[in-house]
Amino acid sequence: MIAEAGLAALWLAAALAALQLFLGASGLRGRGDMLAAVRPVAVAQAALTMLAFILLIVLFLRVDLSVALVAANDHSAKPWLYKFAGTWGNHEGSMLMWVTILAVAGAGVALLERRLEQRTLIATLAAQALISLGFYAFLLFASNPFARLDPAPAEGQGLNPLLQDPGLAFHPPTLYLGYVGLSVAFSFAVGALVTRDVGPAFARAMRPWVLAAWIMLTLGITAGSYWAYYELGWGGWWFWDPVENASLMPWLAATALLHSVTVLATRDGLRAWTVMLAVVAFSMSMVGTFLVRSGILTSVHAFAVDPRRGSFILVLLALYIGGALALFAARVGTVREGSRFDPVSREGALVVNNLLLSAILGIVLVGTLYPLIAESLTGEKLSVGAPYFNAAAGPIALALMAAMALGPLLRWGRDQLRALARRLALPLLLAAAALLATILIAPGIDILPLLGLVFAAGVGAASLAPLWKRNLRRTPLFTWGMVIAHLGVAVSVAGMASESAFTKETLVSVRLGEMVAVGGWGVRLEKVEPIAGPNWTAVQGTLTATPDGVSSYTLTPQARAFWAPPTETNESAILSRWNGQLYTVLGHKTEDGRWQLRLWWKPFVTLIWAGGALIALGGALALIGRLRREHRAAVREVWA
Amino acid sequence: MKAKHQRLVLILLAFAAMIGAVLLAMSALKDQAAYFYTPADAVRARIEPGRAVRLGGMVADKSIIRDPDGVTTRFVVTDGQETVAVRFKGITPDLFKENSGVVADGAFAPDGAFIATNILAKHDERYMPPQVAGEMHETKSLER
Repeated sequence: MIAEAGLAALWLAAALAALQLFLGASGLRGRGDMLAAVRPVAVAQAALTMLAFILLIVLFLRVDLSVALVAANDHSAKPWLYKFAGTWGNHEGSMLMWVTILAVAGAGVALLERRLEQRTLIATLAAQALISLGFYAFLLFASNPFARLDPAPAEGQGLNPLLQDPGLAFHPPTLYLGYVGLSVAFSFAVGALVTRDVGPAFARAMRPWVLAAWIMLTLGITAGSYWAYYELGWGGWWFWDPVENASLMPWLAATALLHSVTVLATRDGLRAWTVMLAVVAFSMSMVGTFLVRSGILTSVHAFAVDPRRGSFILVLLALYIGGALALFAARVGTVREGSRFDPVSREGALVVNNLLLSAILGIVLVGTLYPLIAESLTGEKLSVGAPYFNAAAGPIALALMAAMALGPLLRWGRDQLRALARRLALPLLLAAAALLATILIAPGIDILPLLGLVFAAGVGAASLAPLWKRNLRRTPLFTWGMVIAHLGVAVSVAGMASESAFTKETLVSVRLGEMVAVGGWGVRLEKVEPIAGPNWTAVQGTLTATPDGVSSYTLTPQARAFWAPPTETNESAILSRWNGQLYTVLGHKTEDGRWQLRLWWKPFVTLIWAGGALIALGGALALIGRLRREHRAAVREVWA
Repeated sequence: MKAKHQRLVLILLAFAAMIGAVLLAMSALKDQAAYFYTPADAVRARIEPGRAVRLGGMVADKSIIRDPDGVTTRFVVTDGQETVAVRFKGITPDLFKENSGVVADGAFAPDGAFIATNILAKHDERYMPPQVAGEMHETKSLER
């Protein structure tokens, strides 16, 4: 019964989305105050979708094997956390989560948005309903999560062991909140184009939604990166896998949007561009969804290969992106000119930021799609990996960091280059010191990590400069947010550069009791023993690691064998210290009784994710600061 | 400068940046894309040493040799027509075995051997990467 109720809730939600679209469209034609009617419909639609999602979770927790999806992905011996999170560890479940977030975001706009002009709000909610409809259709016709299986099997097939990790409970939901949260920006843009209402008020209304989605996206990407780092056992933290790129592209677009929307809100500039970016950002989310969910990619994320689904999403993609761009082209002429600004100004720096982010986005998009296009056109199979992305995007990313150092030190409207030079003196000095120190310590360092370290030092200092000579307690929260987010970028880049330049790796076969040296550590293999978990067995190595011969730490890497489905995974063991991580992987037993060990010492690698967390924290502070200021302004208005 | 002019300049700049990015991307792609070869393709194409490629095929029967250092593996990849000798230093995937499919990332050394930096083995049926699945199919049918 639960499955049928879930399916019914989904159908009802789809019907309500259609109603919401209809009400919105007739509201735009001026038939009465439709907002009062649209709001509850949007909320009810979200509640029903949420109900369907919760019912699916219940089915997974109960391991109801009469439901095809549960039978294919669940297993009674799985720990409950993976029964729960396994709900979205498959195609249908993750699409249901996608649609749930879409509907909830729409309901959020309906409930909370008070600043936007009424007609624009109605158009926005109608646009959100239109997007929802397409994806409801996709769920109901091409990926029904509630389909029954008769007869029910005696046991489920289980979840891909690579996904059986606490990361599954955190990474997909945060990523999706960001991914799909960008739909709000898309709908705002469509709404504003429909009512020709693009201006600072629109930008101020849109900004918190963009910020919120961007924070989640940042967290989701950071978490995903760390998860891949420890779970895959390859020692890398970013593989330029198409699926990673699929999450990076919306982030790049959203980051650009976040900065241009500020120009629009504060200075009434970059009107058309901001609307365009809002369309592009969610378009990138949909492209990502297509890449990941159509099964054309090589990845743990590609759950099933079903060409019908791929073409379904492709059609949706073409309709929505094409429709929005057509609307943009038709209406962009009516978007009034924004105000002008001097090239040497905060706006000027933000334009540079936007151009560089767009350029990186273009490079990542080309590199991600090229193998697919090349294969479909010429039949040639090829892959594009780190060498391409580093060579093409690396230099632009460094230029972007330079712009990031300059931007916050420039005044709005117009500024003097000489004054800027004065403000930059200290950061430049620090960058020069970092250059000198790095060349002295590591003479043979590659150019990209070297520049990364130098820029990180300079940008780190420059990012703090806006606080200089300010009363820190009276500095607005959103200024703190900017400072901390920019500092986070510098911290993260420092971690990336340090990891790529100074990592030490050892790959050996050792007998029990033998000592191996890696990056100043001595690591000894003490014993190897079999152990058993809830749905796996493993051989576990016990390593003792010592940095100085006195203190010692224990690490226990495992080689796990899962039985449902039968797969083997390497569980790395990682020791985190303030100055880096010791990363250990246990390999196979050789014929003469030795064990393969792969060890890395990665200095300051943790900065990569700490930086990501700082970026998200900065975003959160900015969001709170903006909302508080607007709340106060609203209160003042009431009293005035 | 009038507002209209500024807008025009901005649009032109944006176009220039995008075109520049795409040109940069295209030129980098030409050098860096790793093409997929079967042993027969690879022998025919005479790939220059050092160029990143992916080599896919079957691990030839009785060809796996583990070096005394305990971490280097040598094996031969075949597609039924040609063979390529591969050297790999690392932990081989669990499903890596003789007469089973493999995809190796790496480059040819000047001596003609293929130095693999990463190895993908034929996965469990359900989680097989589509690319590998396609290649495996072709190579399998060649064997029979």
